[in-house]
Amino acid sequence: MSIDIDTARKVAHLARIRVEEAALPALAEQLSGILTFMEQLNEVDVTGIEPMVSVTPMRLARRADVVTDGNIQPQVLKNAPQAREGFFAVPKVVE
Amino acid sequence: MSFSDKTGANSLTIAGARDALRKREISAVDLTMACLTAMDAGDGLNAFVFKTPEIALEQARAADARLAAGEAPSLCGIPLGIKDLFCTRGVPSQAASNILRGFRPEYESTVTTKLFGDGAVMLGKLNMDEFAMGSSNETSCYGNVVNPWRRQGSNVSLTPGGSSGGSAAAVAADLCLGATGTDTGGSIRQPAAFAGITGIKPTYGRVSRWGIVAFASSLDQAGPMTKSVRDAAIFLAAMAGHDPKDSTSADLPVPDFEAALTGDIRGKVIGIPKEYRMDGMPAEIEALWQSGIAMMRDAGATIRDISLPHTKYALPAYYVIAPAEASSNLARYDGVKYGHRAKLAQSDGITEMYEKTRAEGFGPEVQRRVMIGTYVLSAGFYDAYYNRARKVRALIKRDFETVFADGVDAILTPATPSAAFGLGEMASADPVEMYLNDVFTVTVNLAGLPGIAVPVGLDGQGLPLGLQLIGRPWDEGNLLNHAHVLERAAGFVAKPEKWW
Repeated sequence: MSIDIDTARKVAHLARIRVEEAALPALAEQLSGILTFMEQLNEVDVTGIEPMVSVTPMRLARRADVVTDGNIQPQVLKNAPQAREGFFAVPKVVE
Repeated sequence: MSFSDKTGANSLTIAGARDALRKREISAVDLTMACLTAMDAGDGLNAFVFKTPEIALEQARAADARLAAGEAPSLCGIPLGIKDLFCTRGVPSQAASNILRGFRPEYESTVTTKLFGDGAVMLGKLNMDEFAMGSSNETSCYGNVVNPWRRQGSNVSLTPGGSSGGSAAAVAADLCLGATGTDTGGSIRQPAAFAGITGIKPTYGRVSRWGIVAFASSLDQAGPMTKSVRDAAIFLAAMAGHDPKDSTSADLPVPDFEAALTGDIRGKVIGIPKEYRMDGMPAEIEALWQSGIAMMRDAGATIRDISLPHTKYALPAYYVIAPAEASSNLARYDGVKYGHRAKLAQSDGITEMYEKTRAEGFGPEVQRRVMIGTYVLSAGFYDAYYNRARKVRALIKRDFETVFADGVDAILTPATPSAAFGLGEMASADPVEMYLNDVFTVTVNLAGLPGIAVPVGLDGQGLPLGLQLIGRPWDEGNLLNHAHVLERAAGFVAKPEKWW
């Protein structure tokens, strides 16, 4: 499978990474190279094999449904590039 | 050793320093001062990216008080370096990425909490590949780390390996007594081998991942990088243990790993996997492997040829699974909650904010992996790539389970396909060529097993080479004991000649 320029553009958008048009051909080529490397997996007979979910057979632990944290708004917002009135601030989302 | 002259204390092992501290032959403050001096003199290695001398001296003074009171855990007063991937409260923790520029966590990772609780001293944060994605420490936003080792008669700068390259260089150059590392596909073991030190990746779930910046959550494990196997045993015991804040952390007791170092492996079965004999493998690596096999045999172990038939597919499976998980984990870097946000034009909306922020903040290798991960998880390709890779992963794990069920106690392999290479030497290479560095280590992450790299010899150019031992799950004690035997037999004592 090789990735064409349109697919590279689409993947970059899905990943929310801006890639300039001029950089798309090189990106498509690199991604194609990596995918070609992955194609080796098609040689393996995986009939009847379940995809691995967890490397250690274990039940995920459950905990009591109680509040263990909170009331730390200043700490939560401390590293925000932009915070206002106790909220994270972002450009307008809804027109 | 006398410590009337405190210089040189930075070259102690953790075990040696522990004993000297407990006997009050040296103070934690003096030991810390020796490391701070070495750290400042080591700037040419670019291993430390943020120094914390005030924190270190405060911790050292507290350690001295505990030592005087006679209740000091093994790491009390031991100066360590902390990989930049670990969140440390109030101290920059950037995973060597521009996207986390300015980030100072409001919390402390479980591992560093445990280390500091035992009285360990933090000298500073260590350089690494960006988000731990790399095998040469050349993807860091802080620039390359330089390996303290050089080829004989050459001043060419070599890579310390990656991603824990700063940790490896700092330990090898005696800037600290030990360092934390993390290993997703070989990021502890490959740099340890390149720098002539010991590095262990424990069983998946042995060490809490809480507060460690996530790369690929089903593969990531933290572990120690040290000057000896004994130090690895001491350090690992301090890092390990159940943590309710990491849902994959195992609720198992942590054995006394140091007590497991009996030096006796008589009757143990060492597996030699034929699939690790790669085409084009340098003769020196093959010779090193053979000498390691002879050392284990001489120690009374039984050597058995084994087969791990799916080895060849480990790298391609890894390079589906790890980027898939990374694309999901790194979705959180959106310019909203922490770190970098791009400057926006008047008309830019939230999508432009995401796209510009991530384009500016992530380096090329991280961008590539996030996009590959996005692609293999996208509709129409999920089954063909991601699910198939997870099935192959199950087969790789089954390979190991089969040989362990047949009575193999540990597996001996090379740690890396070569000695350290030159910085920039791989710059024009295909990304896939760089990925081949992990060929011997990545299977261990996919199967969740413990693996350790031990320095065993020097190549013809005077560079260190390591071997890897792979153990049964949760059997780090026996694994460390095998490594201890290998270390003793190899008698590796070489140090890089100081040029920095």
